[in-house]
Amino acid sequence: MKILNPSPEMDRRSFVKKVLNGTIAGSLFLAWPMGGTSLETPEEIPGIKGKEYDILNQEFAFIVDVTRCIGCGSCCVADKREYNVPDGNYRTWVERYVKGFSDKIYVDSPHGGLDGYQHARTDIEEEIRDTFFVPKLCNMCKEAPCVQVCPVGATFISPDGFVLVDEKRCVGCAYCIQACPYSVRFLNPVTKIAEKCTWCYHRVRKGLLPACVEVCPTGARKFGSMKDETSEVYKILKGPGVLTVLKKEMGTFPALYYKGARREVI
Amino acid sequence: MDAAHSSVAMLVSNYVFPNDLHVHWSMMIVLYPYITGLVDGAFIIAALYYLFDVKSLRPVARFSLLFALAFLAIATLPLLLHLGRPERNFNMLLTPSPSSAMAGFGYIYAVSMGVVVFIVLFVYREDLVELRATSKGWLQLLYRALTFDSIDVSEDARKLDKKIIRFLVGIGIPVAVILHGYVGFIFGGVKANPTWSTPLMPVIFLFSACVSGISAIILAYIVIRKAKGRSIDHNCIKTCINTLTLFFILAFTFEMLEVFSHSYLKSGYHHMVEGLLNGPLASSFWLWQVKICSVIPLFVLGVMGIFKIKPFLYNFTAAVVSAILLLQVLIMRWNVVIGGQLMSKSARGYTEFHPEWFDKEGILAVIIVMAIPFIILFVLSKIFPFWTADSETNVK
Repeated sequence: MKILNPSPEMDRRSFVKKVLNGTIAGSLFLAWPMGGTSLETPEEIPGIKGKEYDILNQEFAFIVDVTRCIGCGSCCVADKREYNVPDGNYRTWVERYVKGFSDKIYVDSPHGGLDGYQHARTDIEEEIRDTFFVPKLCNMCKEAPCVQVCPVGATFISPDGFVLVDEKRCVGCAYCIQACPYSVRFLNPVTKIAEKCTWCYHRVRKGLLPACVEVCPTGARKFGSMKDETSEVYKILKGPGVLTVLKKEMGTFPALYYKGARREVI
Repeated sequence: MDAAHSSVAMLVSNYVFPNDLHVHWSMMIVLYPYITGLVDGAFIIAALYYLFDVKSLRPVARFSLLFALAFLAIATLPLLLHLGRPERNFNMLLTPSPSSAMAGFGYIYAVSMGVVVFIVLFVYREDLVELRATSKGWLQLLYRALTFDSIDVSEDARKLDKKIIRFLVGIGIPVAVILHGYVGFIFGGVKANPTWSTPLMPVIFLFSACVSGISAIILAYIVIRKAKGRSIDHNCIKTCINTLTLFFILAFTFEMLEVFSHSYLKSGYHHMVEGLLNGPLASSFWLWQVKICSVIPLFVLGVMGIFKIKPFLYNFTAAVVSAILLLQVLIMRWNVVIGGQLMSKSARGYTEFHPEWFDKEGILAVIIVMAIPFIILFVLSKIFPFWTADSETNVK
């Protein structure tokens, strides 16, 4: 087939024109405000975004639904990425419970469940009766032992109920780590200060859900405002279902509740 | 604890919470109560002489004070080595949290230090006045400050000194008790750890502090006097050993009472405490702390108290038994501080601790920290003579 060969100058000019037009048009399309919301954060917790945050009039709750957790480890991955958590330390983790017919309980949490539980345990010889996963994170105790023992007041409870660490004040004595009955704290090997789960306070203040809640594919982690009567956590907590807290005998009054947690869960 | 229905089922998987695998309070936190304990025990010996007029302790009274001062001077060093952010240590004094027991440390330590320093200055005022007269330049200025710019060593002035010393020692005793009782409370106040959480903890720490301090004075006195080729006051050693026996009986009784309470009351997590003592701590607790370093000294101290033993043999045995008891208290601190952390709060397993050599809280650092007070003591001995001239005349 014979190929028509147009004037090379014409061709080059038209080509450059087309490229330029396309580039300018494309740039304008990207730069011009089109009224879209792609760069804005979504409103995941109603009543916070775009309003002045009334810190004195907030109450939040976190519910872990053990019956829904599939041990995928997405929450752990999201948390590690959100905070760049050093290896070997965990702000949150997922435990695997296996119960045999002899009523023996086998618990493990390799890498804090970060890799997801892709394979069954092979070291259990007896027949297995039941198995379930238990996500762990900060209990946000209303009577927090970590807050009580911190010698410099670096760990404190914010007016909206979050147990937080002031990284500019912490001396790294690790007394809070000893005092926490749930072992959710660690001394960051890089910053040398105490660190723990904050329920993603920085996200909550923007009306976003904690990172682990957002990525949970099954709704095993639930978070919301107790001031919002339409929120799922409000409905569960005020409803007739049975909820438990961990280590109730410690008298710490956690704001983290477990739904469907078996009595073997510590 | 609902889940504690079957101890066998609890421990089957040896599950340790991921953040519990690392022992956060390591050897420096073992050393810290050990050092403050030595200070307390040494101070007790000084107090018995200066406040309670136990005359037979005169040969070691001054030495005890300097020993306490040398160790008190470095009591904060292990803490600074332990802190993740030591440069922020003054936050404890500047912005203490009133709810925290640990926040009181800076103040309690400062008062202890002040009291001991002033006692030393008043005890040695006559010597310092003499040194001031023979020194020149900045040294003279230093001695002027140390003698409170007074060269009055008249009978009246010395009487006043004695009154001040008695007053200061009177303050010093409750301060010393608070200093070490508080250290025990730091552990006793952690409800999350069942091996620590007992009101007995401050009492155990206090009595074991007296044991370690008195043992250290006995051992150091005998070793230094022997090394210098000087005689040993047998009467003084006997009083020290009798005091040591009393405190050791109390310390050992309370240590055993705590274990007995756990096993008898069978309160929450008792299966974990029993598993800890019979598992990871079986050797360091039952063999070393209890059998070798407690039962044997107790038997030896009993023999020393009941039978009449020749002075040479008595003093030799006193040195050996003191060395064993110094080890006992160190092992006890280890078993409480590190042992307590081996037990995961999962109540299902135990972690391990392997000391490192070159870590800032490692073995080498421990050796250096423990060597510094002896260097300080050596320097102090150049300014403040350990032994008085008339204590030499008391020597038999």
